[in-house]
Amino acid sequence: MLFKISWKNIVDKKLNSFLCILLMTLGIAMISLLMLLGKQLQDKFAKNISGIDLVVGAKGSPLQLILSSVYQIDNPTGNIYLEDVQAIAQNPLVKEMIPLSMGDNFQGYRIVGTNKKYFEHFKTQFESGKMFKSNLEVVLGGQTAANTNLKVGDTFASSHGLDSEGEKHAERNYKVVGVLEFNNSVVDNLILTSLGSVWSIHEKHAEGETHPEEDSTERKEITSAIIKFRSPMGMMAMPRNINQNSKLQAAVPAIEVNRLFELLGIGIEGLQFLAAVIMLISGISVFVSLYNSLKERKYEMALMLSMGASRTRLFLMLLLEGIILSFLGFVAGILLSRIGIYLISNALNKKFHMNVSQFGLQIGEIYLFIGALLVGILAASIPSIGIYRINISKTLATE
Amino acid sequence: MLACSELSFSYNSQKTFNFPSFSCEKGQTLLILGNSGTGKTTLLHLLALLLQPKSGSIQIKEHELAHLSAKEAAQMRANHLGIVYQKSHFVSSLSVLDNLLLANYLADQNQSKEQALKLAQNLGFADLLDKKTTLLSGGEQQRVSIARALMNNPDVILADEPTSNLDDENCEKVVQLLENQSKNIGAALVIVTHDHRLKNINKNIITL
Repeated sequence: MLFKISWKNIVDKKLNSFLCILLMTLGIAMISLLMLLGKQLQDKFAKNISGIDLVVGAKGSPLQLILSSVYQIDNPTGNIYLEDVQAIAQNPLVKEMIPLSMGDNFQGYRIVGTNKKYFEHFKTQFESGKMFKSNLEVVLGGQTAANTNLKVGDTFASSHGLDSEGEKHAERNYKVVGVLEFNNSVVDNLILTSLGSVWSIHEKHAEGETHPEEDSTERKEITSAIIKFRSPMGMMAMPRNINQNSKLQAAVPAIEVNRLFELLGIGIEGLQFLAAVIMLISGISVFVSLYNSLKERKYEMALMLSMGASRTRLFLMLLLEGIILSFLGFVAGILLSRIGIYLISNALNKKFHMNVSQFGLQIGEIYLFIGALLVGILAASIPSIGIYRINISKTLATE
Repeated sequence: MLACSELSFSYNSQKTFNFPSFSCEKGQTLLILGNSGTGKTTLLHLLALLLQPKSGSIQIKEHELAHLSAKEAAQMRANHLGIVYQKSHFVSSLSVLDNLLLANYLADQNQSKEQALKLAQNLGFADLLDKKTTLLSGGEQQRVSIARALMNNPDVILADEPTSNLDDENCEKVVQLLENQSKNIGAALVIVTHDHRLKNINKNIITL
């Protein structure tokens, strides 16, 4: 009955209740969206750098090097000579060196020239087909295969550059020999081939242009290389050494990603602050709404008191109104944030081939729930204390 | 059933109300007449245990009630007294039926739908049970508040100017309903009013 009365009171004042719930919804949705997005981006970023100690590439912005070579989202810094990297890989501290060569794409999906170690690093599994052996054979990431509808045996012509409008390499077609299973890493959105394929496609190019003096023993170029160390000792010495004593640049993914998140963090914190303010305003609107309705309903309250209700029971009834409002706001906010995540995930997927659709309830959201209820309880309890001050006889006699 | 002796009450030191002693038996009707300012509502609130008298005694079924604590008074009021107020006020967000059941709920008794239906039929508003109280006419509202006063089968029914807002026809009807219903359940009925139309109907009259 108590719940029924509270609920009917809320329904009776549709506009007031709507405003309270709307504000709470917006506040909750913003905070929850930021939490989800922040967490998933961080997860994604962290997962993809695990095991990668160092990235070596052309001089430029270290963040750009990491974004382009590890996450495959930014443009590469430029090309480097394979032999320079191989010289670094000779160092006994280096456990593994994985070369990467980018430059072409198919429908926006990057074609990356590399070797078997890249597959091993990301622990990929074949869904169908097999590893590429000769030039111009490719293996597709799970997402790439799903979105481009390519299957084992299909052929396609790549486009030059990293965006899909680039000029087509129409004269030579790639052939799909394998498709990988989804593995929730950057590989999902790539097209992988051998270094030789990338070189041969661009050799063809070079032949078309006129470089008469260049001989066939020209130095092979790659875009960057991923380096893993045998021991943390490598981390101490090598990056500095490379940056100071060679034409190459060495960037540590962990440091760069931390820096990126520090920059993003300021934005996220600002938005979170804004969302908290909206939640606070929602609390104030619950307060104002209950305060006004208590003035209007003073006689009603006195009546119920005269009919035997204890003041505490009526206090709880009003408190319940605040709790119901904030609870509804919370539920609506969580739903809204999931819709938001869905839309953002779609947009990111189109732009960056990045999937952030994770809809489960976060631990942070449980705290958010407690916070929302506290706002509701606090906002409702302040005006509801008036219940304890009603003079029943006077109220019933005067109104 | 109800007996009062030498009740007095004062809101401040200047003016003190002294009320005559009276009593009212089971099934009887007592009319307390008085003009504005003679303390009618004060007396009713004393009887309803909403105010505490300065001195004197109030007894229902030989229990002394004049100096109960607020909590005891609320319990007593909910279970043994039915009050019909001058203006019929309801919990506006609830339907007529829920307003009736509310009386049960607040007195911590079982919510009896049958009782509500029976009263609604007796008082002639069975078709209004699902409506909001704000949609009812004055006469209808007064009948609903009579039904609400009867929901817990009280020993004493107190009515504060139950007819002041009603026309002659409704006035007579409401008083008759009040009398019949309280006779039905064997309650003492006390009507406090300045409405001289009621003089003709009743024999037990106290004038303040």
